[in-house]
Amino acid sequence: MLTILFDGVAYGMLLFILAVGLAVTMGLMNFINLAHGAFAMAGGYITVLLMQRLGVPFLVCLPLAFVGTALLGAVLERTLYRPLYHKAHLDQVLFSIGLVFMAVASVDYFVGSTQQIMQLPEWLKGRTEIGSGALMLGMGHYRLFIIAVCAALTVGLQYVLTKTRFGSRLRASVDDQRVAAGMGINVNIVFLSTFAFGSGLAGLGGALGAEVLGLDPSFPLKFMIYFLIVVAVGGTSSITGPLLAALLLGIADVAGKYYIPKLGAFIVYSLMIVILIWRPQGLFVRKGGK
Amino acid sequence: MNAQTSILLKARRFRWWEPIFWILAFVAPLALPSHALIINEIAIVALFAISLDLILGYTGIVSLGHAAFFGMGGYAAALFAKHVMPDPVVGLAVGIAAATVLGAVASLTIMRGTDLTRLMVTLGVGLIMLELANKLDWLTGGADGLQGVVMGPVLGKFEFDLYGRTAAWYSLTVLLVFFLIARRVVQSPFGATLKAIRDNRLRAMAIGIPVTAKLAQVYTLAAALAGAAGALLTQTTGFASLDLFEFHRSADVMLILVIGGVGWLYGGILGAVGFKLLQDVISSVTPQYWTFWIGLFLVVLVLVGRDRLFRPWTWLGAGRKSGATSSTGGH
Repeated sequence: MLTILFDGVAYGMLLFILAVGLAVTMGLMNFINLAHGAFAMAGGYITVLLMQRLGVPFLVCLPLAFVGTALLGAVLERTLYRPLYHKAHLDQVLFSIGLVFMAVASVDYFVGSTQQIMQLPEWLKGRTEIGSGALMLGMGHYRLFIIAVCAALTVGLQYVLTKTRFGSRLRASVDDQRVAAGMGINVNIVFLSTFAFGSGLAGLGGALGAEVLGLDPSFPLKFMIYFLIVVAVGGTSSITGPLLAALLLGIADVAGKYYIPKLGAFIVYSLMIVILIWRPQGLFVRKGGK
Repeated sequence: MNAQTSILLKARRFRWWEPIFWILAFVAPLALPSHALIINEIAIVALFAISLDLILGYTGIVSLGHAAFFGMGGYAAALFAKHVMPDPVVGLAVGIAAATVLGAVASLTIMRGTDLTRLMVTLGVGLIMLELANKLDWLTGGADGLQGVVMGPVLGKFEFDLYGRTAAWYSLTVLLVFFLIARRVVQSPFGATLKAIRDNRLRAMAIGIPVTAKLAQVYTLAAALAGAAGALLTQTTGFASLDLFEFHRSADVMLILVIGGVGWLYGGILGAVGFKLLQDVISSVTPQYWTFWIGLFLVVLVLVGRDRLFRPWTWLGAGRKSGATSSTGGH
């Protein structure tokens, strides 16, 4: 049972890293970006291809995946996303679905539609078991690694957001864009860097998750709903909200699939609908925001 | 009769080209017998798009899970034909009834929240229906689909033939009936309240429109139309599969509606014609990667502006204007 909890936490942390960029950009720009998964997929493919074709070590690939997708995000933000910030939500949905379709088809064309297999380094394979019987905790080393990386990132993000100057600029822009611009904050730069950083995190998440979630061209469509659940349930005004939502989702999904496989994804979807009917703005909303 | 009433009445009159359009549509299976199957498909997709137009174009609910009702109608009609009786018209009624019930239940989920919340909830309902159809394999055949659906003749007279002529006329007739109903609905005072809700929900509430009740009614009606489209598809193909509930169906129908024009009932029909022809052309060039071109089309469409792409004379000049016309979204 503890093992399931552990796997759920690992899964949840991964989802958090994948979706936190989406939460921040959605809160910042009020932009419904369904194409976030495409950035995660880009990160995953960068890692897999670098490792397979060029033999780059796994630990070097992770930062490269981050930088690569962050650059991609920055370019797309500047060229395609920016004109759409003030358009209707329907336009944004159509646009991002279009991007997803293009990403799926291009990856299919250039890499092929088969599932990519990632060769983990030796020291990440294997599993440690503690305790026995019902309380036995089996920890896959790779999952432990994921939890460690994601926890470190979360602490780092929280620090940047609450303690640094950039963090306060970002929070000010999320709360009220016009006033923030009036105070002399260059909101465009804040948007650009946040979008790029969020995409980079998604790329890193995709690289980390390629082994756990599976990586094939339909990745953005398959996990779109999960990212959106994290954002919609967690709210977009903080990062603790999405974190708790991601952990809840990860544990509920793993436990649901383990204990009641027949019901499969029902639990997650029904839970989401119930929560959203009950609290349409998300579970963890800070009072006083916009 | 004062000026306002005559303007309102004028909008309700049939234009001179409308009867011609429908006559052409009904002659088409006879004139192009080898294309009867695709005409049938276009009619079905057009009905589905009209149903989405009622909630998206007229009421402003962004839905990514409209396939739930399409699939519900389709499966209900197919199961009814297989287990109870093969009469198509009764089966159609059963499919519509099933989708209506589902729509009435699902309408409870779209009352509150922002566009994002509604997007999520509609997507969730669609995915739950997909999972249900997948897991209840003793009833629906699961991933293999529901096979062996044999339909009786329409009204006891017209057998479905191999070339799809009967199917095309059957679907076109149903399309025409529901089009007229939808036309009547959107031009009624009820339709006017829907537009008021779309344009400004807060003000609509303030002038005394019962917003939640109206939303529930239009959502249920749209579900019924989508169910009819789904029922037509399974009846004319004799097959129901999980594909009915897939996400791409919801996305496609949104694209169809956008191609033709949102908030205009002929938009769904023209969009369906355009989309099917586009799909036919592109997939004959690159069968595997046609989604790329659809995606590119969507991106360009939005960047150029939905209302401007099909009016090339607005491309030059007045480029700044498109931003100002965007709606404020539901709050």
